[in-house]
Amino acid sequence: MDPYLKIENVGMSFDTKKGPFVALRDIHLEINKGEFVTLIGHSGCGKSTLLNLITGLNTPSSGHLFLSGRQIMGPGPDRGVVFQNHSLLPWLTCFDNVYLAVERVFGGSEPKAKLAERTRHALELVHLTDATDKRPQEISGGMKQRVGIARALAMEPKLLLMDEPFGALDALTRARLQDELMRIVAETGSTVVMVTHDVDEAVLLADRVIMMTNGPAATIGETLEVSLPRPRDRLQLANDPTYMRLRKAVLEFLYQKQLKAAA
Amino acid sequence: MRAVIKTLPLIDTVAHSSTRPPAAVIPHPSAPALAAAADRAAAASESIDRTARRQRTELAARIVAPLLGVLAFLAIWSLVSMGGSIPGPAKTWNAAVQVFSDPFYKNGPNDQGIAWKIGGSLGRVGVGFGFAALVGIPLGFLIGRFAFLRNMAEPVIGLLRPVSPLAWLPIGLLVFKGANPAAIWTIFISSIWPMISNTAVGVQRVPSDYLNVARVLNLSEWKVFTKILFPAVLPYMLTGVRLSMGVAWLVIVAAEMLTGGVGLGFWVWDEWNNLKVENILIAIIVIGIIGLALEQLLLLIAKRWQYD
Repeated sequence: MDPYLKIENVGMSFDTKKGPFVALRDIHLEINKGEFVTLIGHSGCGKSTLLNLITGLNTPSSGHLFLSGRQIMGPGPDRGVVFQNHSLLPWLTCFDNVYLAVERVFGGSEPKAKLAERTRHALELVHLTDATDKRPQEISGGMKQRVGIARALAMEPKLLLMDEPFGALDALTRARLQDELMRIVAETGSTVVMVTHDVDEAVLLADRVIMMTNGPAATIGETLEVSLPRPRDRLQLANDPTYMRLRKAVLEFLYQKQLKAAA
Repeated sequence: MRAVIKTLPLIDTVAHSSTRPPAAVIPHPSAPALAAAADRAAAASESIDRTARRQRTELAARIVAPLLGVLAFLAIWSLVSMGGSIPGPAKTWNAAVQVFSDPFYKNGPNDQGIAWKIGGSLGRVGVGFGFAALVGIPLGFLIGRFAFLRNMAEPVIGLLRPVSPLAWLPIGLLVFKGANPAAIWTIFISSIWPMISNTAVGVQRVPSDYLNVARVLNLSEWKVFTKILFPAVLPYMLTGVRLSMGVAWLVIVAAEMLTGGVGLGFWVWDEWNNLKVENILIAIIVIGIIGLALEQLLLLIAKRWQYD
């Protein structure tokens, strides 16, 4: 069987005043349905660029990307995106922010009542039933990010793409949202690609951690299978030898191999 | 939050009279707990004190200072009026009482009450400004959204915008063959620019995050416009509307001086010919008050649509 998401020999360069800037080169990656993959690397390593290529916001300079057999030519509602800064529309309530996405995906085939039902269900999934009619500026950063997740999930995307979704949150909120994300992904069986720069997050959430080399001309350095059983409990894992070994492997990659390369 | 501040002055008087002086005396080595408690009380009263002080400054800034300003203005006015050519505040006040005692009289086409004059001016501004909004705001959206149109419009707008409003009046007289439409035309053409440029700037400044949401969801152009572009541009647009309204109100007086008819501008000119200077002063003050009211109204509307 073909992989669900297939990234084939992808490179990306941007035109700048000083000539082309090569951000990514030789990216080969295959992700299976239901897999949770985290992309980790130092800032400027092009991990967000890679995510934008999967999103379709950018087109690769070379190579191709395929999602369930079809080439990715641009953004589309089959990929739900959770942005780092939540990107909720401030003039819409939480409900309407999610509804906008639901309407786009299912509006053609389902009556309004069903769309509202889907919206409510998505907000329920992220435990935000109480904030339904609030505007984004009336809720906390963690809640905003949850609305962003609800918006992405409500579209029932083939692929859930997350660009450092918890990067702007405090550690406690982040931990809670990570736990919730694991629960939601287990419930929905979503395929997820998440960009992060947090080693614990990368290992805790992922089935596979993709470690990227430093830019410019970044590429995939190493991949790490995380075969820890699910559901995972962060407290138990804290003393788990496998978890510690995996975590150490990522740290070594980031702070020994890649730091040297950068210097 | 506001309610809390409002209740504080009561506490303030108490804190002043009792808690504070003892706190400075009490520190005694044998009663550290007591001293600590007193310190806390002192700290609390200190903070209450500070709030009260801030509130007094606020009161001074918001009521006393403007009041003093108006008084100073009246004083200078009185001083200037001693020269004899300009009537003082008292004389103007008496004239105003007379003017406003019968605001709705009609003695022929050019001699009507103050209410009709205000109505006439507001009507012209309303029509001219309304047309300017109808044309300027959509134009601003187009110019903001499409770079090609922007490059097309830039030299023309750059050339026409700095032209003094009254320079357009003869064109209006020529084309519309009437004083009233010419005045409205002048309002239209001079108040359209801020709405065009502010709307266009607003469109260009729509945060790319929001547009990315639109792209990721693959929203239709109509949805992009109604759900993202329009609400995001609205604050900019309303600023443009406010600036335009200011220009329109400035221009109407000058335009009416030249075109005549029932309105505040022509009234000023008419009273100059009659040498009833106190009525000119009344007109100036009325024009000012209406301009201020329009500005405040539009600010209020803008505030309603401000996000974040």
